[in-house]
Amino acid sequence: MADRADFAEQAMPFAEQLYGAAVRMTRNRADAEDLVQETYLRGYRSFATFEAGTNLRAWLFRILTNTFINTYHAKQRRPAESELGDVDDLYLYRRISGADLAGRSAEDTLLDLFTDDEVKQALEDLPEIFRLPVLLADVQDFSYKDIAEILDIPIGTVMSRLHRGRKAMRSRLVDYATTRGILPPAAEPGPSTAPDPDRPHDHETEVHLHG
Amino acid sequence: MADCDDALRELDTFLDGELSTAARELVRDHLGDCSECLGAFDFHAELRIVIATKCRREPLPPGLLARIERCLGEDLDGDGRIG
Repeated sequence: MADRADFAEQAMPFAEQLYGAAVRMTRNRADAEDLVQETYLRGYRSFATFEAGTNLRAWLFRILTNTFINTYHAKQRRPAESELGDVDDLYLYRRISGADLAGRSAEDTLLDLFTDDEVKQALEDLPEIFRLPVLLADVQDFSYKDIAEILDIPIGTVMSRLHRGRKAMRSRLVDYATTRGILPPAAEPGPSTAPDPDRPHDHETEVHLHG
Repeated sequence: MADCDDALRELDTFLDGELSTAARELVRDHLGDCSECLGAFDFHAELRIVIATKCRREPLPPGLLARIERCLGEDLDGDGRIG
């Protein structure tokens, strides 16, 4: 049982992380401010249910995520494959490593290749159902178990959504690099492959981790 | 012994740090022998850092912290409601 008087002191240090995630969720700074404020208010009201000693950061992100989904009616529908596009798992890597990058030297790192806005946009362009797990894993560094609890979905579903979301995001980065002329246009209309039925990650089923 | 397909199938899970020790060692063994897979793993490890670096930081709007603290401070009787 957590004491409400301690809430501000314990929870306020997470404000910057929560706000950063809120901007990626709402894609709008004014909405993100409201979302973070509402998260703190809800957290404060239900702080008695927080079990002291457990992960307060994950608890706050769960409130943030639920508030976002409820307030913005985030679509939790799984989009059709055609909406998300489907490419080879290593599409971005193969395009970049196989390309003579226009006007760039080998010393240029990936960090210099894409602008901040392009990477943010590629993440924000993902449908919510994929954007939330990718945001929680790749940006906020939560474990599969934490993400499963935050989003209230099974771990296998976390893994399959991460897999599909990351693929779509990488494919979008290829589009940006092609548009800016860093990568040459694809020789053929995308190395699109049919989903591999043997790949457990492509299906929303429980996937058991080894060991 | 893991082959390229086995290793690449575990790429995301490996980089997420979610593989068991045994499965992790199999992937590591393969990466020690296969520079092509090592290239793919390195690329995605770097990509992950790029995404985290570019998407994480958003400067807090001035006044937001104060607004939240004021809002929580208005719960005068500590019942979880403002006022």
